[in-house]
Amino acid sequence: MKSISAEHLVKTYDKGAVRALDDLSLDVEEGTVLSVLGPNGAGKTTTVRILSTLLKPDSGHAQVAGIDVIKHPDKVREIIGLSGQYAAVDETLTGWDNLVMFGRLYHLGKQQSIDRANELLERFSLTDSARRPIKTYSGGMRRRLDLAASLIVSPKVLFLDEPTTGLDPRGRMEMWSVIEELVKGGVTLLLTTQYLDEADQLADEIAVIDHGKVIARGTSDALKSQVGGERLEVIVEAHQIAQTIQIVERISGQSAHIDVALRKISSPVSQGSKALMDVLRALDVAAIHPLDVGLKRPSLDDVFMSLTGHVAEEVVNS
Amino acid sequence: MKNAIIDSLIITKRQLLQLARVPEVLIFSTIQPVMFVLLFRFVFGGSISTGQPGGYIQLLMPGIFVQTVAFTLAATASGLAEDMKKGLIDRFRSLPIARSALVVGRTLGDSLLNIVVLVVMAGAGLAVGWRPTSSIVSILAAFLFLLMFGYALSWTGIYAGLAVKDARTVQNVSFLITFPMTFLSNAFAPTTGMPKALQYVAEWNPVSSMVAACRQLFGLKNQFGATANSFPSQHPLQTSVIYMLLIMAIFIPLSVRKYKNSSN
Repeated sequence: MKSISAEHLVKTYDKGAVRALDDLSLDVEEGTVLSVLGPNGAGKTTTVRILSTLLKPDSGHAQVAGIDVIKHPDKVREIIGLSGQYAAVDETLTGWDNLVMFGRLYHLGKQQSIDRANELLERFSLTDSARRPIKTYSGGMRRRLDLAASLIVSPKVLFLDEPTTGLDPRGRMEMWSVIEELVKGGVTLLLTTQYLDEADQLADEIAVIDHGKVIARGTSDALKSQVGGERLEVIVEAHQIAQTIQIVERISGQSAHIDVALRKISSPVSQGSKALMDVLRALDVAAIHPLDVGLKRPSLDDVFMSLTGHVAEEVVNS
Repeated sequence: MKNAIIDSLIITKRQLLQLARVPEVLIFSTIQPVMFVLLFRFVFGGSISTGQPGGYIQLLMPGIFVQTVAFTLAATASGLAEDMKKGLIDRFRSLPIARSALVVGRTLGDSLLNIVVLVVMAGAGLAVGWRPTSSIVSILAAFLFLLMFGYALSWTGIYAGLAVKDARTVQNVSFLITFPMTFLSNAFAPTTGMPKALQYVAEWNPVSSMVAACRQLFGLKNQFGATANSFPSQHPLQTSVIYMLLIMAIFIPLSVRKYKNSSN
């Protein structure tokens, strides 16, 4: 069953001058994680805002857990959790204050709100800082508290909009492990990110979006093989480059790509490990000792590059 | 409907908690009006003749009460703008709560803050010679009037906060409006000393009606300038009520619409 489905969503700004979403469709199977991957300005946040009832599309339909988000936004709000790019909590209040308040706003009773707050603080390792104002928290702690606030009523569907943007590496790792725990609990998750490794790490499926459209969809492996199979890479001393190119091209049967600055020769290969051994033998015969050699599978960076023609980190608008 | 009220009260409670966590805010929002009471009483009080018993402080207190509740709209506006900027509004809008709760809750919270500030100011006024001469009922009615005026004006603050979206900017804008509005009135000096054109502005200024209404409720005669027989000078209570209703009739629908569309 589909937990999230969006069909032909269109959203324009500035009287049609900016098409934030341009006939975007996607769906998420119940209990799975879909990562919406794209650069800034691709339409990730707009998609999340429409699915979480914050924004109405110009046209198109969307359902969350079978409920129409445009016709019955109130019902959708009861079963979703949303955690945005910025920690949306009251910074002057303590973590505990915030969670109890949100519990009350979800219409839990007073005691129930308190119990739930304590439980979530414990689960996200925030018990020690529960009585401190949020403004004293680190970036990672804020995000965890923000995530906790979106889990108060155990949502069926969770939207996380760039949950680790702006966090330091440690904060990111902590956030990842928290999200992985959640997913084990069976929640359906739509996660947006501009980090390819994050999508790779957390998602069952990835939808790559650019200029308001889904331009590719599939598992991480499927997307990678769509770009091409394995590549053989050899790094040698500068004066050995010409000879190495000849050897690599002879064995791979394809033209090689040379990165002069890195002294790296690479070429697509069909039977990776056999090609690797052949190249090593031939290099040995030629008395070339490579500085590095290996088989590389394409990264999501390569996927993005080949799909969009530009690198993922490009900032379209900030 | 019942849920809408409860939701609003939870938002109000949030503001009270903020005051409890950061008590400086409460302290500074009461220090400023008390400072005004003392400055006006001792700097101008000696040189402004009132022609009424009890001296300048009797005329001053109603004026300064009105000015203080008018100034609170800046806090309403900047608080809301801050929530918008931090993304808190999005969180509230993604919750299954009444759409109106966040703004209604905030206007109620600001009214509660006004109660505290008015009580402290009244204490300061009494300490430096303010003596209302009317009945206790009239005095309480005056304070109720002040709270209602503050409540009506807080909706203009809500609208400004939603429209401007930047806390510091909206605070400055609010003062640019409330400062001339409170001084271009009968709050601190008789309007008869102003140029004729300004006298008319002052007479029809809602602040003047409110100040005149409060003076009447505190047992004073009010002084009016150019339009001595005009409707606002003859009926300050009625005029003030009309102004309050008018402000709310304009700014509540505007704010609610702005809030609903705040992210579109």
